[in-house]
Amino acid sequence: MPHNSANPIPAREELIRDAVIRLAGNSQDGIQSIGGFLARLAGRNAQEVMTYMTIPATISGGPSIFQVRMGTGEVLSAGDEADFLLAFYQHSYEDHIGFLKEGGVLLYDSDHVEPDAQDTRFVKVGVPISALTVEALGGSSREKGKNLFALGLLSRIFKLDVVKLRAIFEERFGGKAEDVLRNVNLAFDAGFSYPIDNVLDRYFAFHSEEGQEGAAQVTMDGNTALTLGLIAGGVRHGAGYPITPWSTIMEMLRQQLPKYGGVFVQSEDELAAVSMAIGFSYAGRLAVTGSSGPGISLKMEALGWATMAEIPLVVINIQRGGPSTGLPTNVEQSDLLQAIYGSHGDCPRVVLAAENVEDCFYIAREACQIARKYSVPVFVLSDMSLASRIEAFDEPDLEALMIEPTLDTEDRPEEFKPYDLSRVTRHAPPGTWIEGGVFPQVTGLEHDESGHPSANPQMHEKMMKKRRAKIQQIAEDLPPSQIFGDSEGEVLVVGWGSTWGPIRETVIRERDRGRKIGHLQIRFINPLPNDLGEIFNRYESILVVEMNDEGLYGYGQLATLLRARYCNPAIRSLTKTDGLTFKIKEIMLGIDAVSPIQATTR
Amino acid sequence: MSTASPSPAKAERGVLTKKSLQADHPTWCPGCGDFAVLAAYYKTLEKLDLPQQNIVTLAGIGCSSRFPYFVNTHGGHFIHGRSLPFASGVSLGRDDLHVFVFGGDGDGFSIGGNHLDHAGRKNFRLTYVIMDNFVYGLTKKQTSPTSPQGFKSKTDPWGVFDRPTNPMRKLLSSGATFVARTHATQIRHMMEMYERAAKHDGFSVIEILSECVEFNKGAFDAGNPRKGGAFELIDETAHDVSDMAAALALAEEAWPGKFGVYYETQQPTKNRLEKDLVEATRAKVGHKSDKELLAQIFASMR
Ligand SMILES: Cc1ncc(C[n+]2csc(CCOP(=O)(O)OP(=O)(O)O)c2C)c(N)n1
Ligand code: SF4
Ligand SMILES: [Mg+2]
Repeated sequence: MPHNSANPIPAREELIRDAVIRLAGNSQDGIQSIGGFLARLAGRNAQEVMTYMTIPATISGGPSIFQVRMGTGEVLSAGDEADFLLAFYQHSYEDHIGFLKEGGVLLYDSDHVEPDAQDTRFVKVGVPISALTVEALGGSSREKGKNLFALGLLSRIFKLDVVKLRAIFEERFGGKAEDVLRNVNLAFDAGFSYPIDNVLDRYFAFHSEEGQEGAAQVTMDGNTALTLGLIAGGVRHGAGYPITPWSTIMEMLRQQLPKYGGVFVQSEDELAAVSMAIGFSYAGRLAVTGSSGPGISLKMEALGWATMAEIPLVVINIQRGGPSTGLPTNVEQSDLLQAIYGSHGDCPRVVLAAENVEDCFYIAREACQIARKYSVPVFVLSDMSLASRIEAFDEPDLEALMIEPTLDTEDRPEEFKPYDLSRVTRHAPPGTWIEGGVFPQVTGLEHDESGHPSANPQMHEKMMKKRRAKIQQIAEDLPPSQIFGDSEGEVLVVGWGSTWGPIRETVIRERDRGRKIGHLQIRFINPLPNDLGEIFNRYESILVVEMNDEGLYGYGQLATLLRARYCNPAIRSLTKTDGLTFKIKEIMLGIDAVSPIQATTR
Repeated sequence: MSTASPSPAKAERGVLTKKSLQADHPTWCPGCGDFAVLAAYYKTLEKLDLPQQNIVTLAGIGCSSRFPYFVNTHGGHFIHGRSLPFASGVSLGRDDLHVFVFGGDGDGFSIGGNHLDHAGRKNFRLTYVIMDNFVYGLTKKQTSPTSPQGFKSKTDPWGVFDRPTNPMRKLLSSGATFVARTHATQIRHMMEMYERAAKHDGFSVIEILSECVEFNKGAFDAGNPRKGGAFELIDETAHDVSDMAAALALAEEAWPGKFGVYYETQQPTKNRLEKDLVEATRAKVGHKSDKELLAQIFASMR
């Protein structure tokens, strides 16, 4: 970011397009909330914003960071390097200084941090944040409020819109005891009025893009967006069991659904959760269940039943590092093949993956539509990084998008069969009168069209085909795949899920340096879109980027699937399992490895 | 229903008969106790005269869990041990349904044992019937949690070591608000228990001793007067059904113990509590439409 603009500007003020600000402290310091305020502010200024945070796995606190990238251009990833580092403690400084780019600004709490005096790569700005906060708040609050003091400093340095910030404080703290809001403002003001000019010789101001005031932007994390997508999709019932990072979805559903006349149950375990959700759906109330890691494994048997009995269901998997208890607070995309194949038997179901926070909303809603239309369980894959990351996006148009749930207990004609071979199952929930009075059975045993057990081999083949064909039908109905960048050329970078941002940013940079590169993010993973084979043929290499292990044979999970389907040796794989999101640099190196630059650019 | 229907109606709307309740012919072994459990269910439904399309018959996996195929109501044959959470979802999703769940001792006390405890404490509105034969029937004679010590099964050919689950104690401690015990040879008593359970507002559960003639023959003769046993009923003028300590004392009685209602109490059902919550919350948000409510949340995130 801080670059010298060619335009004449007031002294000591730099115009910037975007900034990566990393706040490093301990989890109890409230750095998450500074990050949240900054993100919301950016959203209200129609700026792009993306956040990234780590939460310690321990409950009692521990080192934690919150990173905000905000700006007036398109913000696609949380940033490989920080322009600005705020360090509250010595350990924060030591652990994160390597992430600050050369020439970047280090702002530190001089009460706790002593930077290396020899190191002259950065602009170092020490402020006694702890002492001044205690002073501002009257000393009784044991350094609480440091976060707001720091936010005051940042507001000054980045010329943030203080009026809007205060409005956000008011919304957030207005409902609490009066002195809470007063203390917030006291700490903020103390930071804002600190004579920072004495130690820092410049301010920064974001380019203001004229005419940017389009649709109102909303700011939220991925789990919130996903929850709202479920509600927009007509889900009013569900069940779950707590586990990080899925829990915030079930908490929000538990709190929100009663307003909409629905109910969410915290059940005794994941086996019960999925079973109860299936019970709701069987009763005609499209339901959701979800989990992460171990909890998804526990649901697999019942999910197979839902495929067999052809019951609609939405299943959310907020992926985290595996296997087993794994890395509960790190990101990974290692549950893809489990989502597709994880239940026993040939058990087709739908698997979708959200590519960013905004898409969490849209894909959850879409999952509801597909589940209902095809009477099938639909997996929605998100992950740890999307779950807690905050982004701003255009407010969805609910007039067009809201789906009101309906209970379909209309009388069925005499020829109604629950598993009619000639059509996609439209399940009849209990309470439905069947003309002629023969009621349907739903079952996990192989069955005939009426739902009664049948071990007849021909019937098994027919029913197997029925369950498969409706998933294939979904692929027929998909819109053409969207390619960003070059629609033919050297490399097509293929991703799924949250790698969307880093891949997009990489592809932009690669094209800026003259390479012919495209980006395709696959949202529908089972079934895959039908046009991929033809698209792949237009590139010299297809590089599949995913956050999982290369496996026994050297390919990540999606790459394995694509190679199996297309038998195309140009499909290559870039994987990693360090628990962190992809850096632009890493993907650039991956591209270089499959398509060295000197070989192709003449 | 359509009067122009060419084939004779299987069931007629608003008229519930034993005939209209029959479906597939049961696949159980001749002499299996489960036949009587089914017959008593037909008769009870006939007597209760509920709207047939609103009756739901659900089950887990086991010989006993084949039940739904033999009953002409909406039915679901779920997976082993999970019929209770499945049925709880059905019940909680729809207040207009009458939910009955059937299953075996392995299904209910072993693989599904944890669900029993939680369905009990949550007090879902449904009726659960455990057809206890003290053995795994479907998988052909392995030890079940209720197999008595010394019982020779294929997994304990020298005689079972482990102490059996005491079914009544387990059901009572689950928090179930209606707990009864009966015997598959006593049709009238079974019907009485079914009827009281069906009318109970909450989680009602009945253990029925139902003999597996194939793998545990004669197991329940001690409770069958026609086989020289004693079918001793609980005297409800002496036993206070709302007294948990007295119910637990009954559960400790020596084999074959007593039959009848051990325990019954009125507690708010999960169905009621959630419904009240919904009504209170809807009132608090001014009965706004779903779209308005969601728009409000988005507005708060601007
Ligand atoms: C997850 C799972 N494990 C094991 C089985 C195999 N299985 C089917 S029924 C059954 C036990 C049946 O015993 P019980 O529940 O007492 O019913 P019964 O046949 O005696 O009526 C078992 C172990 C299964 N279907 N699913
Ligand atoms: S095996 Fe036993 S429980 Fe199963 S049907 Fe035969 S007699 Fe009944
Ligand atoms: Mg049994």
